[in-house]
Amino acid sequence: MSERSEELLDRLTQRFPDALEVVESIDQPTVVVKREELLAFAEHLKSVEGYVMFNDVLAADWFPAHPRFEVIYQVVHPESWQRFRFKCRIDEHEAVPSVVSVWPGANWPEREAYDLFGIVFEGHPQLTRIYLPDDWEGHPLRKDYPTGGNRID
Amino acid sequence: MGLNSTRAEAERGILLTTVEKMTRWAQKSSVWPATFGLACCAIEMMSVTSSRYDLARFGSEAFRASPRQADLMIVAGRVSQKMAPVLRTIWEQMPEPKWVISMGACASSGGVFDNYAIIQGVDHVVPVDVYVPGCPPTPDALMFAILKLREKIQMGLPPKYLELAGEGRRTS
Ligand code: SF4
Repeated sequence: MSERSEELLDRLTQRFPDALEVVESIDQPTVVVKREELLAFAEHLKSVEGYVMFNDVLAADWFPAHPRFEVIYQVVHPESWQRFRFKCRIDEHEAVPSVVSVWPGANWPEREAYDLFGIVFEGHPQLTRIYLPDDWEGHPLRKDYPTGGNRID
Repeated sequence: MGLNSTRAEAERGILLTTVEKMTRWAQKSSVWPATFGLACCAIEMMSVTSSRYDLARFGSEAFRASPRQADLMIVAGRVSQKMAPVLRTIWEQMPEPKWVISMGACASSGGVFDNYAIIQGVDHVVPVDVYVPGCPPTPDALMFAILKLREKIQMGLPPKYLELAGEGRRTS
């Protein structure tokens, strides 16, 4: 990791001493944020640190571990071309705050994570399915979803 | 014809057939496909109309963007659960008689995509006349399927959907 990334991580851990956990990564600075502080952290990252460009929301299912899901956010600083990743760990019946109010670009990616993993984003303007038909049952990218095709006959 | 001077000459110019044979000949010589490229197989379907393979030799090069002008649906690629109702609607909009070619492993059986998103064979959704194996089938293979379909039409065999309905038994 470059010096610049370490400085950034230092600044962030000083600002959010209880909510952050820096995790090792090979490509870009990565932190795990507590769910309660996620929205404040996102605001700070955008308005103070300048990570105004939102790339994607990803999710990982660590079934049968607890907490089960990891929601992963990718952001970019468009002037210095620095990338940053932050994650949030939640269990099955917990919700994460939606970051659409901070980055409007998170709207569709959050719907995707909801559609395929069933992760609920609190405060999302329209949390409905985006890929699958509206009447679909279950969330197919969860580890306990059947992998085989749907036999009609 | 007007240029024949004698009755004998005029009679030599007459070709006798039945109306049915004539209709079948006309039908098989202008099987117009509807564009239904769904995945990678569609690339091979496109190249079958190009100058190298030249499907125009068999009168099927006119891919129609409207199902109402098409006789044949070439399902080229994997059919997702969400696409299935769309595919069925387009098939229903095609005027009769109509035929379906299932192109490639995915359209015929789901192929390698044995998962929640893909219909495991398009014959669950529409009746299929000819299956083309391959991933993707070569343009030659698709052309062979169209030739098989032409044979079928020439022989007076009913399209698959009529066959399933128990109608349109072979005539003459
Ligand atoms: S059969 Fe092969 S080439 Fe055709 S759609 Fe499926 S994966 Fe693509």
